[in-house]
Amino acid sequence: MRSRDLRSVPLAPALTPAEDDPVIIPEQRAKMDAIIAEHSKKPGSMMVILNEIQAEIGHISRPMQNYLAEKLRVPLKDVYGVVTFYSFFTMKPRGKHRIAFCLGTACYVGGAEMLIEKAEQILGVKLGETTPDKKFTLEPCRCLGACSQAPAVMVDSNLHGRNAPDKIITVLRKYEKIENR
Amino acid sequence: MPVTTLDDLKTIKEQALPKRAERLAHASAAQDSEIRPPTPKEKRVILARCGVIDPEDVYDYIAEDGYTALLKALTTMTPRQVIDEVLKSGLRGRGGAGFPAAKKWEFAAAQQSDVKYMICNADEGDPGAFMNRSVLENDPHAVLEGMIIAGYAFGAHQGYIYCRAEYPIAVKRIQLAIKQARELGLLGKNILGSTFSFDIEVRIGAGAFVCGEETALMASIEGKRGEPRPRPPFPAVAGLWGKPTIINNVETLANVGNIIRNGAEWFTQFGNEKNKGTKTFTLAGDVVRTGLIEVPLGITLGEVVYEVAGGIKDGKKFKAIQTGGPMGGCIPEHLLETPMDYENLGAIGSIMGSGGLVVMDEGTCMVDIARFFMDFTQDESCGKCVPCRIGTRRILEILTRICEGEGEEGDIERLESLSKYIVAGSLCGLGQGAPNPVLTTIKHFRHEYEAHIKDKKCPAKVCRKLITYRITDDCPGCMVCARNCPSKAISGEKQKVHWINPELCESCGICMSVCKFNTIVVD
Ligand SMILES: Cc1cc2nc3c(=O)[nH]c(=O)nc-3n(C[C@H](O)[C@H](O)[C@H](O)COP(=O)(O)O)c2cc1C
Ligand code: SF4
Ligand code: SF4
Ligand code: SF4
Ligand code: FES
Repeated sequence: MRSRDLRSVPLAPALTPAEDDPVIIPEQRAKMDAIIAEHSKKPGSMMVILNEIQAEIGHISRPMQNYLAEKLRVPLKDVYGVVTFYSFFTMKPRGKHRIAFCLGTACYVGGAEMLIEKAEQILGVKLGETTPDKKFTLEPCRCLGACSQAPAVMVDSNLHGRNAPDKIITVLRKYEKIENR
Repeated sequence: MPVTTLDDLKTIKEQALPKRAERLAHASAAQDSEIRPPTPKEKRVILARCGVIDPEDVYDYIAEDGYTALLKALTTMTPRQVIDEVLKSGLRGRGGAGFPAAKKWEFAAAQQSDVKYMICNADEGDPGAFMNRSVLENDPHAVLEGMIIAGYAFGAHQGYIYCRAEYPIAVKRIQLAIKQARELGLLGKNILGSTFSFDIEVRIGAGAFVCGEETALMASIEGKRGEPRPRPPFPAVAGLWGKPTIINNVETLANVGNIIRNGAEWFTQFGNEKNKGTKTFTLAGDVVRTGLIEVPLGITLGEVVYEVAGGIKDGKKFKAIQTGGPMGGCIPEHLLETPMDYENLGAIGSIMGSGGLVVMDEGTCMVDIARFFMDFTQDESCGKCVPCRIGTRRILEILTRICEGEGEEGDIERLESLSKYIVAGSLCGLGQGAPNPVLTTIKHFRHEYEAHIKDKKCPAKVCRKLITYRITDDCPGCMVCARNCPSKAISGEKQKVHWINPELCESCGICMSVCKFNTIVVD
């Protein structure tokens, strides 16, 4: 089969966009189109485009990958392979705020695990999960480059250094109102 | 207005200096808190401008004689002379391996190709290291100037800066710097009125440690999975899109301008015989003064720990210093006389790496640290080589077992032999260096491994399964610990002694860290 024929093959069920998928929400789809139009001429554009989509839309779902593969005229595996390789790309939407706990050496030695356990208790979800109200996503990350202020936490793109388990609630409160638990 | 002569640069300098004086007079403590005034053992060369100039103003960099090195190279030196000057300076790559920078340029210069690439490696993945971030954020033009000069030396016309996504401020400042440099004709077509053209683009990573490895980094710029490939061919021969490519670290490039400006002789006054110049290090962990430092290569680890960093904080005892990131080693007290240079650190089983130093006090368990690093490397392994992918996982399993009190006779030997296979059968530096933290901790802290395996005890009282928390009878009953315990294991009434229910306690240590009266102990 030539690739053009391949593209007319119906999408597998997993690749059909869900109701709230950016591929079928017009303004999100326009965002993707704009990103693709701006960067697709660059050599090695795949990473650039994926980085922009992740930043603008917040995740890169399977149908979005499929859409991108069609637009760039590359096999889906080239998109999927890259998305799964890099830890910054997520296939599921994150919460409104991304809380990244540094698990680099200095922060680990400085007690990062205690911060995580405390945050898990406050928000009632585990590391890697999103709160049911979609407000916070807890994630581990590698060194934030603020090792002399260990243990460090990055909320969205704001750095919070010199944390302690009993202070983490103050940090979280800066972003959303949370009750004292 | 494009700059073309030394007089143009001088004019800008004259305009910028009064403005700077005014800015500094009004500056509050808004500057980078990681850059402290230097201690006597330090020598600031790379960091000299950090915190002094406004990184978002190219004129301020020019006021520090910025871009005079570029002008000197383009107008008075041939590419060969630039290479010779940097060769004479003895500058070695600051990204880890310490390969002479200009030697690489020489290889690339010898390649016949109309397209060549210059890449700046700003991926800085080592946990515990942030010197490249500081330079990019505080002195971005120094990196640009070094890149342009390097590009001139071996004939590249396009440059890329590959920066990790965790550094948004660095990305922003470097992009602004590129824009300003273009406006002044310092970047782009016919730089400074010469026949040399060179431009730079920023590419951003996406959270993969292995992309710091040069061949993986190039794959990532090409828009692919960041998997290393075998060398040869070396990038200088066939690199990015198959073209001759040079990859240098941020700090390597930040040195180039100074060397051309002040001459190789000036540079060689710092350092020892085989290791010339200064090197930035980052200090983290249990020392009095953490942060960014710059010292001549070859001063001893002990001098850094006790004189520059002010020793261990809270009056505790030194246990180990970790150099070189996850592929480095843990160095014990009796080796603190070791000079910090590529050869001497290599000789004791560690590496220089990019310069992250993490100091650990007596409260750190070395088996747990080895487990931590193995967790890191097995997670970051790209999975291409079986010894690296499976071997690091096996080591992690054994170490986890030991930390949980399930260690068996023969585990240490198993770790040692697995390590040998991983080193021998791995393609890139990640796998080859992964066993270093395990091997150095076994070598220097074998008694701790034995205590875990034979006595089921963690001497540093860190490994959760081997310790218990207890509240002493002196507890005044402030209730803070009970409120903070994530497992609801603490009970007690106000102003009465509290107690921990061992059935519920997960030994997380939070209670001990929040108790203001020090009435919680660990056995
Ligand atoms: C797993 C791995 C990670 C690396 N990470 C970095 C890094 O973050 N920054 C860096 O400059 N070099 C890193 N390197 C070294 C590079 O491969 C390369 O040697 C270096 O960028 C060359 O620059 P230099 O000659 O100026 O030191 C890494 C190497 C390996 C094997
Ligand atoms: S040694 Fe590890 S990280 Fe390096 S190429 Fe092999 S599997 Fe990948
Ligand atoms: S160690 Fe952790 S789980 Fe145990 S009592 Fe203290 S806070 Fe609670
Ligand atoms: S925090 Fe300390 S003093 Fe307060 S109740 Fe707990 S053990 Fe007692
Ligand atoms: S180790 Fe956490 S910021 Fe570097």
